[in-house]
Amino acid sequence: MTAEFVGRRLYSILGDNGAGKTTLLRTLAGLSQATRGKILILGSTNLRAVCSQVGYMAHPSLLYDEMSGMENLQYFSRLYQIRDDARSKEVITLVGLDPGLERPVGQYSQGMRQRMSLARALLHDPKILLLDEPFSNVDLHSAREMVKLLGKMRDTGKTIFVVTHQAQLLDGTADEFVWMQAGKIVNRTASLEPLNTP
Amino acid sequence: MSLLSNITAATLAKDIRLEWRSKDAINSMLFFALLVVVVFSFSFDPLAEESRQIAGGLVWVSFLFAAVVALNQTWAREIRNQVLDAYRVSPAPANSLFLAKALGNFIFVIVLEALMTPLFIMFYKLRALGPAWQLIPIAALGTWALVVNGTFFAAMSLRTRAREIMLPLLLFPISIPALLAMVRATTAILTGEESAKFWIVLLVAYDVVFTTGCLLLFETVLEAE
Repeated sequence: MTAEFVGRRLYSILGDNGAGKTTLLRTLAGLSQATRGKILILGSTNLRAVCSQVGYMAHPSLLYDEMSGMENLQYFSRLYQIRDDARSKEVITLVGLDPGLERPVGQYSQGMRQRMSLARALLHDPKILLLDEPFSNVDLHSAREMVKLLGKMRDTGKTIFVVTHQAQLLDGTADEFVWMQAGKIVNRTASLEPLNTP
Repeated sequence: MSLLSNITAATLAKDIRLEWRSKDAINSMLFFALLVVVVFSFSFDPLAEESRQIAGGLVWVSFLFAAVVALNQTWAREIRNQVLDAYRVSPAPANSLFLAKALGNFIFVIVLEALMTPLFIMFYKLRALGPAWQLIPIAALGTWALVVNGTFFAAMSLRTRAREIMLPLLLFPISIPALLAMVRATTAILTGEESAKFWIVLLVAYDVVFTTGCLLLFETVLEAE
């Protein structure tokens, strides 16, 4: 795959199951190795060197079920050398959850877990956000709120990649729809309408 | 260095908190070790002089098997919800995670040993004829030898399908020198027939070599697909 993505835009990555969307995100996040070629992020081929500028939200929550949302974020903030708990509270509030909620994440609804997972990805205020299915199992109202939030973050200069099967949610917000098939980008369109699938 | 220690401390605190809430590892280890004490106490006469000869082996083999239970739990938490990926995408050093996990396991196994030792003494009527204080460094060095390799090999077998079988298969053969040193040193102190110093030095050397090796190789293990 050869592709270039300019910054400060919101990309929606689309494609059937097995098209390679998650693999693309994992490779950009440095979790999977590219079989050949190179990846340049923020001017660096060393993905480890820029990892503090990248936020990754996976399909699983990447959270400890036995701890509350706040406890989870307090732990992850230490990994990014953030000592102030105010940032954890800020991002939990930003995604529409209550930082004071003492319930362990294991007892959250799937939608709340998704939002807490987004909060974890936003914790270190990254320049690039890689989001894998952020709207799955989230009710329509909350999903629309999340889309608004992503749009605002894009407007503040972040580059956002969203893998989703609910592309309609991003219509009007995403700058580009990237269509994938069998591990390749087959089309890039500015909007979903007219549906320009290959 | 401070980054390493800060993240190690945060990860260790998180692991202790999770274990305190779930008590998964400590309960399984205690149950297993207790079972070994009781079953072996039926197998031979605990009052006989021979119990002093075999107690060292019995104690350490039961701790080794019990430790495997904790070691498997350590990483199981990290692959549930793929939380390990959240660590891998962060700038936190791999060695901090390894040290925190090894220290956490060390604490859990030491707690188990502290709880089980009075039971061993009671069931097998043990009394040290040699310098009993030396049992403390033997326990510390021996436990570290088990958990440092155990933590490393548990991480290595993390992505294998039969990881609970894989861990003992990898860990037990490599632990033989340490296990031999622990058993011989403990027996030497219980019987008072010889000095345990050689075996303690061997344990120190074993710990230094394997801790260094594990720290050098852990990043590769963590990043392996």
